[in-house]
Amino acid sequence: MSHHIVEVNQLRHVYPDGTMALRDVSFRIHHGESVAIIGANGAGKSTLLLHLNGYLTATAGTIRIGDHQLSRETLAEIRRTVGTVFQDPDDQLFMPTVFDDVAFGPLNQGLDVATVERRVADALERVGALELRNKPPYHLSGGEKKRVAVATVLSMLPEILVLDEPTAGLDPRARRQLLALLRDFHHTRIVTSHDLDMVLELCERTIVLHEGTVMADGPTLEIFGNDALLAACHLEKPFAMQGCPVCSPGRQHPLPLPQRPLVAPHGDGLHDHDHHHDH
Amino acid sequence: MLAIDGNLLDFKRLDLLALKESPVHRLDPRAKVLTTLVFILCVVSFDRYELAALLPFALYPVVLLALGDLPAGYIARKVAVVLPFAVMVGLFNPLFDRQVLLQLGPLDIWGGWLSCLSIVVRALLTAAAAIVLVAITGFPAICEALERLGMPRVFAVQLLFLYRYIFVLADEGGRVARARQLRACGTKGLGLRHFGPLVGHLLLRTWERAERVHMAMLARGFAGEVHTRRQGRFGAAEGAFLLGWGSLFVALRLYNLPHLLGQLLTGN
Repeated sequence: MSHHIVEVNQLRHVYPDGTMALRDVSFRIHHGESVAIIGANGAGKSTLLLHLNGYLTATAGTIRIGDHQLSRETLAEIRRTVGTVFQDPDDQLFMPTVFDDVAFGPLNQGLDVATVERRVADALERVGALELRNKPPYHLSGGEKKRVAVATVLSMLPEILVLDEPTAGLDPRARRQLLALLRDFHHTRIVTSHDLDMVLELCERTIVLHEGTVMADGPTLEIFGNDALLAACHLEKPFAMQGCPVCSPGRQHPLPLPQRPLVAPHGDGLHDHDHHHDH
Repeated sequence: MLAIDGNLLDFKRLDLLALKESPVHRLDPRAKVLTTLVFILCVVSFDRYELAALLPFALYPVVLLALGDLPAGYIARKVAVVLPFAVMVGLFNPLFDRQVLLQLGPLDIWGGWLSCLSIVVRALLTAAAAIVLVAITGFPAICEALERLGMPRVFAVQLLFLYRYIFVLADEGGRVARARQLRACGTKGLGLRHFGPLVGHLLLRTWERAERVHMAMLARGFAGEVHTRRQGRFGAAEGAFLLGWGSLFVALRLYNLPHLLGQLLTGN
């Protein structure tokens, strides 16, 4: 099983109350690709992710992960292959200690204690949280919780990593740490996010969802360059691609800028800040 | 509600104490749980007027406190929490039970006073033993010990989840209450009218969270059984701990040590 292709074909999902969350969504993600799924609130991102690990069942359409078509029989295998990191780490970390939580998946796979111990140590090492192993989850900070949540999935050695809003609620430093961590993974990565700057850094390909349909699917830079598309889908360019508020006064900003200068007048430089435009 | 936040932090500290390293921390949780059970059984089974014979039992929590390197002041404050409840329970004994049992010079001591004091001392002793047990063992390990001692697994898992999410729920409750308080403009108390929606809201949130937790469990291959990796050993140290303390408690229960000491000293 070296080719972990994710193939979603004409996927449709209707919630019991009649809301159609996904309308005939199709895409194909190849081994090792890093793909972002973006869209406004209620576009269907979370619903789509919950299909990838078989938590929700499609109303119509099929999903193939690697060699398996998603069905009741292949569910266990697919959940081992697809590691899902949920948005709120408090949902993901439910065991009494960090160690127990990271060991939860491998123990469910029926591995022996020695293997589990090794897997847990490896996973915690990779996210830089080995020293937290005996702590209860409610004693961790937000950034620590997030990294441990990633470790709980890594310990199962998934081939495909699915992350729902990985940077939500993190402070800049914790966000930076997480990005560095995720960049080092050679898994197939599927990420949903409103943090388009993260998408720009992490994903070479982007799929845009709007009201349950795929509006665009292509190279991230190309999609973020398409102003009409972004506006139609209630999205905005990542900050890194917008002009610098100080040095490009003529740029179009969706909100009027304050009339007063952002830096106090006697602060000697409007221009002594570092200019890092990462594109 | 802000008081709840504070109490929660204080409670988390108790939890952190269990991470310390000491000879008593290292013992298998089962030995500590069983010993504490024997302790509690002995303490509560005394006659209701008994007071002096209870006092030597204080040795157990005090010794564990010292061996486990626990902060005495903090534990004492936690134990003191039960004091008002115990006093409430014993409060009316002196009014109803006026039989004179003891005379200290001109002072008649009614049986009610003795039984009231006895209740308070027992409450403090059992609370001290239980809190010290949590501080040197940790709640999850106690659950596991109970399970290995024969408690059905469902209860053990439920206790664990209760303990894990009580912090999250208290946080959420605290936030909701704060939001209400900040817009209550000085009106005191919750009031029945607002209490209903508030609790309903919390219930719904809990429900949703439970669903998401279950989702996270399924995603990691949960199939109805929570595996744990600990394989603590009930060895010689555990046996000695249980037998040593256990026999001391039973001896103290059967023979009134302060009474014997008094006899020895006065030569009667």
